[in-house]
Amino acid sequence: MTGKNIQLDKNGNLKHFLSIEGLSQPLLHTILNYAESFATVDKRPVKKVPLLRGKTIANLFFEPSTRTRTTFELAAKRLSADILNLNISTSATSKGEILSDTLRTLEAMHCDMFVVRHANSGAAHYIASQVAPHISVINAGDGRHEHPTQAMLDMFTIKQHKKDFTKLSVAIVGDILHSRVARSEIHALNVLGTNEVRIIGPHTLIPKEIEKLGVHIYHDMNSGLKDVDVVVMLRLQRERMRGALLPSEDEYFKRYGLTNQKLKHAKKDAIVMHPGPINRGVEIDSDVADGKHSVILQQVSHGIAIRMAIMAMVMGQINRDENKEKKK
Amino acid sequence: MTEKIDINVLIENMAENISSHCGTQGYKNPLMIGIQRGGVWIAARLHQKLKLADPLGELNIAFYRDDFSKIGIHPEVKPSKLSINLDDRHIILVDDVLHTGRTIRAAMNEIFDYGRPASISLAILVERSGRELPIHPDIIGKTITLKEGEHAKLSGPEPLALEIMKSG
Repeated sequence: MTGKNIQLDKNGNLKHFLSIEGLSQPLLHTILNYAESFATVDKRPVKKVPLLRGKTIANLFFEPSTRTRTTFELAAKRLSADILNLNISTSATSKGEILSDTLRTLEAMHCDMFVVRHANSGAAHYIASQVAPHISVINAGDGRHEHPTQAMLDMFTIKQHKKDFTKLSVAIVGDILHSRVARSEIHALNVLGTNEVRIIGPHTLIPKEIEKLGVHIYHDMNSGLKDVDVVVMLRLQRERMRGALLPSEDEYFKRYGLTNQKLKHAKKDAIVMHPGPINRGVEIDSDVADGKHSVILQQVSHGIAIRMAIMAMVMGQINRDENKEKKK
Repeated sequence: MTEKIDINVLIENMAENISSHCGTQGYKNPLMIGIQRGGVWIAARLHQKLKLADPLGELNIAFYRDDFSKIGIHPEVKPSKLSINLDDRHIILVDDVLHTGRTIRAAMNEIFDYGRPASISLAILVERSGRELPIHPDIIGKTITLKEGEHAKLSGPEPLALEIMKSG
């Protein structure tokens, strides 16, 4: 990762959206406020605003995804942008060369924004450092590093239900080791001044350095969930598991799977979130996933509004400096 | 330079003119929509005076502005509130100052994304020079002539006050 924050232009405005780390509290609040307005577009007869009309956005997915890609696509379409979906295989041997060629080719097609998902941490940063100056890059998940739009849609969901972050206890449960969502989430909760962030999971799935982020670590659900306001369940990333990190999925469910019984330790009005896709009976019981505490489907709708807000913000910076004057 | 204008008198006159305008045109049960922020303040007063049946609509045109590529999103973006079906309704669109006409164009574009009204009439507190689009108000509180570099700004919501100021 680069030391310099290339996400911001020289006036501190959002140019790329690559990681929550390095962004300020006012900026996160601005994103959440914009999303509030964009969320209303979904409820209108015409679910579209003309803000990014004439812009071209390329979804560059080096790693498969349905939900994230689809919500980015819908967000772009609701802003009236044109969007290309490119599923690029990572199997090529000379990745570096091919990647830069891909970027030049898309630039030649006059794209204005790249939405990037990649299995390697830092991929979106790298691409942002390589593209032409008029192009913005949004990170849609890079390796184990960050998934900042997911974190922001989760913050938006929490804000809809709980308002004030400084009074909240939030527990993030499960496979922290492989989770870019967890990393972005912890940064976002910290920036927004959350009272307490807890991490719950087995020793093998919690990286040692995570404590440096100021979180409290629990290895037991009953004590970890005690009196929390928000429970964020993470997907058990079976495809990323290498070596013997877990005894078995059944054993995992017994200890860390969220059931109504375990949820009783949280506050009565606690909300349960999950970035999806959910593994029913592995990290979450169906009764909880479909139960009254669950806001999992709201998260999906909020994902569109948050992505609209972020896309509009990064595109809105272009030419801003030269055109300060404005007429009614 | 500052010039005091009695807004309450202007609003009183506007309410009467809207009534007679709707009477002449045969608009029954019109729907009032204010443009945020100043237009909503004026519209709220008019709405109360005219005792309109349906709630006041609020329009935020931030997503419809034609200067997005120059200045980005307007910093004070709040959601539009239009809960009523607009199809076949007679709409009274209210704003504080009519200048270039670009705000009204953006507002009309947004209205048509909510439905297909039967008609739109434009009520303006203050009409000033500087039109850049063929947009004409149906109801005018006051027409003012401004010198170059001057602009009119409404502050509110309590109390409402209009100031003529030198820009820059």
